[in-house]
Amino acid sequence: MASPDGSRAAAAAGGRILADVESPETLRDYYRQMVLIRAFELRAAEMYQRGKIGGYCHLNLGEEATVVGLMAALEPRDYLFTTYREHGYALARGIDPGPVMAELFGKRTGVCGGWGGSMHLFDARVRLLGGYGIVGGQMPPATGAALALAYRGRPGPEAEAVMCLLGDATTNIGAFHESLNLAALWRLPIVYVIVNNQLGMGTTVERASAEPDLYKRACAYRMPGQRVDGNDVIAVRDAARDALWRARAQRQPTLLEAVSYRLRGHSVVDPARYRSPEETERLSRLDPVPAFRNRLVAAGVLDEDTAARLDREAEQEAEAAVAFADASPDPTPDELFVHSYATPVPNAPYQLPGQPAVTPRDLP
Amino acid sequence: MSVITYREALRGTLRAELARDDAVFLMGEEIGVFEGSYKITAGLLAEFGPERVRDTPISEEGFVGAAVGAAMLGLRPIVEIMTLNFSLLAIDQIVNHAAKIHAMFGGQANVPMVIRTPGGGGQQLAATHSQNIEVWYAHVPGLKVVAPATPADAKALLTAAVRDDDPVLFLENLGLYNTKGEVPDGEQIGRIGQAAVVRPGTDLTVVAYSRATIVALDLARRLSEEGISVEVVDLRSLRPLDRATICASVRKTTRAVVLEDDWLSYGVGAEIAATIQEGAFDYLDAPVRRVAAAEVPLPYAKPLERAALPDAAALSRVIHEVLDATGFPR
Repeated sequence: MASPDGSRAAAAAGGRILADVESPETLRDYYRQMVLIRAFELRAAEMYQRGKIGGYCHLNLGEEATVVGLMAALEPRDYLFTTYREHGYALARGIDPGPVMAELFGKRTGVCGGWGGSMHLFDARVRLLGGYGIVGGQMPPATGAALALAYRGRPGPEAEAVMCLLGDATTNIGAFHESLNLAALWRLPIVYVIVNNQLGMGTTVERASAEPDLYKRACAYRMPGQRVDGNDVIAVRDAARDALWRARAQRQPTLLEAVSYRLRGHSVVDPARYRSPEETERLSRLDPVPAFRNRLVAAGVLDEDTAARLDREAEQEAEAAVAFADASPDPTPDELFVHSYATPVPNAPYQLPGQPAVTPRDLP
Repeated sequence: MSVITYREALRGTLRAELARDDAVFLMGEEIGVFEGSYKITAGLLAEFGPERVRDTPISEEGFVGAAVGAAMLGLRPIVEIMTLNFSLLAIDQIVNHAAKIHAMFGGQANVPMVIRTPGGGGQQLAATHSQNIEVWYAHVPGLKVVAPATPADAKALLTAAVRDDDPVLFLENLGLYNTKGEVPDGEQIGRIGQAAVVRPGTDLTVVAYSRATIVALDLARRLSEEGISVEVVDLRSLRPLDRATICASVRKTTRAVVLEDDWLSYGVGAEIAATIQEGAFDYLDAPVRRVAAAEVPLPYAKPLERAALPDAAALSRVIHEVLDATGFPR
């Protein structure tokens, strides 16, 4: 188990030789993804403040190493259910930044055509089966998706699996416990990952959870529980890979906890006044993006020029995503009822506000 | 054609759908080894095995939500919730998830699941086990809510619900399971969203659904001996609601009474009355009346329980009041 304070990452920067555990190309690609998420989220915050994005907007700032590590472990054949803090996962799952930003803008070109917004990204093609706006709402459906895999397929190293993300505060809701119980009872191919950014809105884990070592809750379901340093992309990836292997080959679900820090407020509009300036300063020193950059540079995997180029390209991609979203058409009111039902039935209501419930066309 | 009970119609349909499509499976509390709290699923575990007739722990939110996720991957779960009251434990998954997923994700996912559950009071089960809160679900876009009254409709609408790609709340009633009726043999696929005139008449329309339809039909038969011709409209589907059939009936009879097992305020009857005043205002000879449950948590003691629930006597009284107020010859 790594300590949650990032000391392992710090030690590894000067000690462990990264190139021994992973190829330089792969490590540079992880850095590329992390800076893309960072650039995208900073641009999303800016667009929110400019009124281009409505509703709530939760950012992955500070969680980039966790996001990239988890998505590196997940195979294309696997299914992903996430929370409402999921822009980074969509990008790391391979969705173009343009349609993701367009969804935040509420445009027709968005991944959900403007129906979901920031909290509800979905792309069936990459098996991202949703961001979910209700805390923990994704847990029973993710468990059911794993049930469908078990119903249809056989266990084995090539089998499909489900990864279900949740926040630290979600471990206190009933659906968390019901889902883990069902998954263990029925031996479902699923990995639950607690993305512990140490705050549920403004409430710390210690103020919300009687057992703040959240991974330990797995033992109530005879399920492996493991905590990893969420600021260490390799540690996250490897732990997730192991857990996914157990899910595929043994139908053994796992509760994984990746500890990182949310660098900003709960959502874009939250100034996070509940954190002291000292705490904010301490957290910024643990920022996983510059930490990983320094680590790669120290290991000789990345030179300053390449790093600067990747940073610049990430900026350009985020910029292009904004331009794409800005130039995209809005959905129009005539589309309002197109998704009312998947199977059309008689008498489905189609009234706009103020239109009569009974129209002459309804009557003999 | 055979004469079977509502319970037998449900069980036969479940068996037929399990046999027809491997994607169909059942899930719920005590549906397998115990064979169902109301024995709807008796024999199905032995026939189809524990993967397809899956007993669950007492975790309504967990297993209803698991059905949502299994449906998103293309299975067709049929979930049994022991009674409608317990659906409240799962309401987040029903209302915030099952009902939302298709539209909220831009039409990329379907949730082809059925929630079967009985409502109904009158069995001295007291306040928490006797509620008729189907209108909570009928209020929610994205859901379909059906409430068949007869064995034939139970078969046809359950078949339709299983094959429908949207989440369907299939409302049964404790008081209907032993009722008998003629059921056509072979595959019958009902139409969700359509009401039916189940007894034609000329003097007054009674609008009802589920158990209330049976009460209304029995009373209509008796009233015909008094020379009163009652038309009974069985809603069958609460969402979508077939407003046209209701309004066409009331335009003909000029009088309307709703019989409903739910509470009066904000109940199904309120929506029916609003529909009638919009679609048949100029034809009405009297205000629309509603016969619904007294607005109390249902008591245990039999005299209190009986006093609180709508019955044929209350319906008969209200029908006569409406007729008398409009100069109907006695």
